[in-house]
Amino acid sequence: MNSAIIFVVATLSILGLVSAVILYFIARKFKVIEDPRIDQIAEILPAANCGGCGFAGCRNFAESIVKNESLDNMFCPVGGNELLKLIAPIIGQEAVEKDPMIAVLRCNGSFAHAPLKTTYEGIDSCFFMNALHAGDNGCPYGCLGGGDCVIACTFDAMYMDKETGLPVIIQDKCVACGACVKACPRNILELRPKGKKDRRIFVGCVNREKGAVAKKNCEVACIGCGKCVKECKFEAISMVNNLAYIHAEKCTLCRKCVAVCPTDAIHELNFPERKKQVVETENKEA
Amino acid sequence: MLLKTFTLGGVHPEENKISSGQPIRKAPIPKTAVVPIAQHIGAPAEIIIAKGDKVKTGQLIARGQSFISANVHAPVSGTVTKIDEFMDSSGYRKRAIQIETEGDEWIGTIDRDEKIDATIKRSREEIIQLIKESGIVGMGGATFPTHIKMMVPQGKKADCLIINGVECEPYLTSDHRLMVERGEELMIGARILMTALGVEKAYIGIENNKPDAIDHLTNLSKRFPGITIHPLKVKYPQGGEKQLIKAIINREVPSGKLPIETGCIVQNVGTAIAVYEAVQKNKPLFERVVTVTGKSVRNPCNLLVRIGTPISVLLEEAGGIPTDTRKVINGGPMMGKALNSLDVPVIKGMSGVVVMPEKEARRPKISNCIRCARCTFVCPMGLSPYLIAQMAEARLEERAEAERIMDCIECGSCSFTCPSGRPLLDNIRVAKSKVGQIIRSRAK
Repeated sequence: MNSAIIFVVATLSILGLVSAVILYFIARKFKVIEDPRIDQIAEILPAANCGGCGFAGCRNFAESIVKNESLDNMFCPVGGNELLKLIAPIIGQEAVEKDPMIAVLRCNGSFAHAPLKTTYEGIDSCFFMNALHAGDNGCPYGCLGGGDCVIACTFDAMYMDKETGLPVIIQDKCVACGACVKACPRNILELRPKGKKDRRIFVGCVNREKGAVAKKNCEVACIGCGKCVKECKFEAISMVNNLAYIHAEKCTLCRKCVAVCPTDAIHELNFPERKKQVVETENKEA
Repeated sequence: MLLKTFTLGGVHPEENKISSGQPIRKAPIPKTAVVPIAQHIGAPAEIIIAKGDKVKTGQLIARGQSFISANVHAPVSGTVTKIDEFMDSSGYRKRAIQIETEGDEWIGTIDRDEKIDATIKRSREEIIQLIKESGIVGMGGATFPTHIKMMVPQGKKADCLIINGVECEPYLTSDHRLMVERGEELMIGARILMTALGVEKAYIGIENNKPDAIDHLTNLSKRFPGITIHPLKVKYPQGGEKQLIKAIINREVPSGKLPIETGCIVQNVGTAIAVYEAVQKNKPLFERVVTVTGKSVRNPCNLLVRIGTPISVLLEEAGGIPTDTRKVINGGPMMGKALNSLDVPVIKGMSGVVVMPEKEARRPKISNCIRCARCTFVCPMGLSPYLIAQMAEARLEERAEAERIMDCIECGSCSFTCPSGRPLLDNIRVAKSKVGQIIRSRAK
């Protein structure tokens, strides 16, 4: 009886010992060396897995930062500059400040500005609408109103405005991950620098048709008249294929182009109210 | 006698051939004609005239420039007022030539004698050259340049010609009227096509719902040896090239291959008559028969229309636009697409304009797929439309390709039969064009 117990205990102990030795050597042989910094970085990251950085997810982003040991071209749009400052000491690098970006809608073809001519019946998705026809308001470049961008947004930063038929970007929530930009089949959405004090000026139209044709469908279309190009002293506006484009890096936010645009196609965001208008009204009164 | 038909799938939509008793009449020549330069599959033609030029009816205004392309001729005589981008049926702008009509002066080379000329004097090469010069494309709607179809690739041999007089789309009657009224020209056109292909046999497939056309052509066929008439059981989409070959000579076109693999060439009735006019009368393709119909239309009719005539002119001719109109369709109700605007011009491949009243135009409410497999039963190509549509929705183009999306003939039987009203064809069509792009980029 006793010997049986001793035998069992002894065999199991020897078996355990032998297995432990084998496992030890296997573990040494096939050891996966993972930089602990990856975990450190991944922990600070927002874990939104939005793909805005260009990587498959937050961990993938952390891995490639550690692998390259640099922060060049690495930017998490959700965390922004503050996050970058936290990551920098972990890999012993300096954080280079980047201009924060935000998505802007370059179309103002609302129901009021571009009246509907037809009624689309079919699959409710811009991707399909774009493949089938030019759009209910007739503009082959403008917003289709199917809401693919709203579905793509994982930050709840967009919604469709029923009054205008256009998507609205909630500025406080947008992290510039670029998901909406990819979802839009017509490249209407664009990521632009947030600008000083959140102020932005951009051309709210992507129509490349000739002025008269564009104007027929939408009263706020860019007609390619070139007035803004002449007005701009900083050469920040270029005109390609009947469409003006404001280069954000050169733009000084002087707002002169906004005033000369005959169709109000140039948008200004978050600016204080104009003084000039007040002067004008005073003149009239005088 | 047991009537022939294709074996796989098929549906029976309401025929609604309202205008089948209406003889073809000439539509008025439009005040301005807008002639797109891309009315065919392939590269757009190259414009060879300039703004301000005077053109005569039938004059070449744009030349087909690459291998797959077709010539475009002036449909009216007058002055070229604009070369610009004009709206096409989808609302997008495409390059076109606008001509302001002044009188109707035809170019001198066209033989305007109404007498039918039955003797074929031209050789094989000359016929193909004339077809090419005349800018003839498939008039059934596919608009593939006919001269390329007639050039049998090396190593392949054609042994028969099939003339497609099925016209399985509901509402449309333009081919039906052509067969009844211009049967003899059709027969001669078929003979010309046979000479060009070097074949001895030709079959004309006609669905059994056109007894007058069958009788008329059977009588005529006694005078044209080698051409036989095949009445077919009514079933949609019998007018599809592959379905027609299966129905008449019981051969199957292999997946991803052209009908020439089975040794036959299929041409539409309208194409055969256009070939007759081109070869015997030297008349290029600048007018075609268009059915203007619909349940609420006052005078449904078959009109001989100049290319470039705005659709609004045709509707005016058919008694105006009914007040309860919801949708105007370019083509038939099964395969056609709703028009974005009524200013769109008639092009070579437009066989009909169908006006849908409010209560018929509405699409059914979309609900979930109930896995009844009706779409699989009716698919004439033996595909699984529900599966392909699902992949299309999920943008899995590669998997859709593996499920043979490219074999889809876009007949719309699946969407027609779906009890849940799912937009199967809509999904498949978009994914098919995507897959086509992927395949083409892979070949480069």
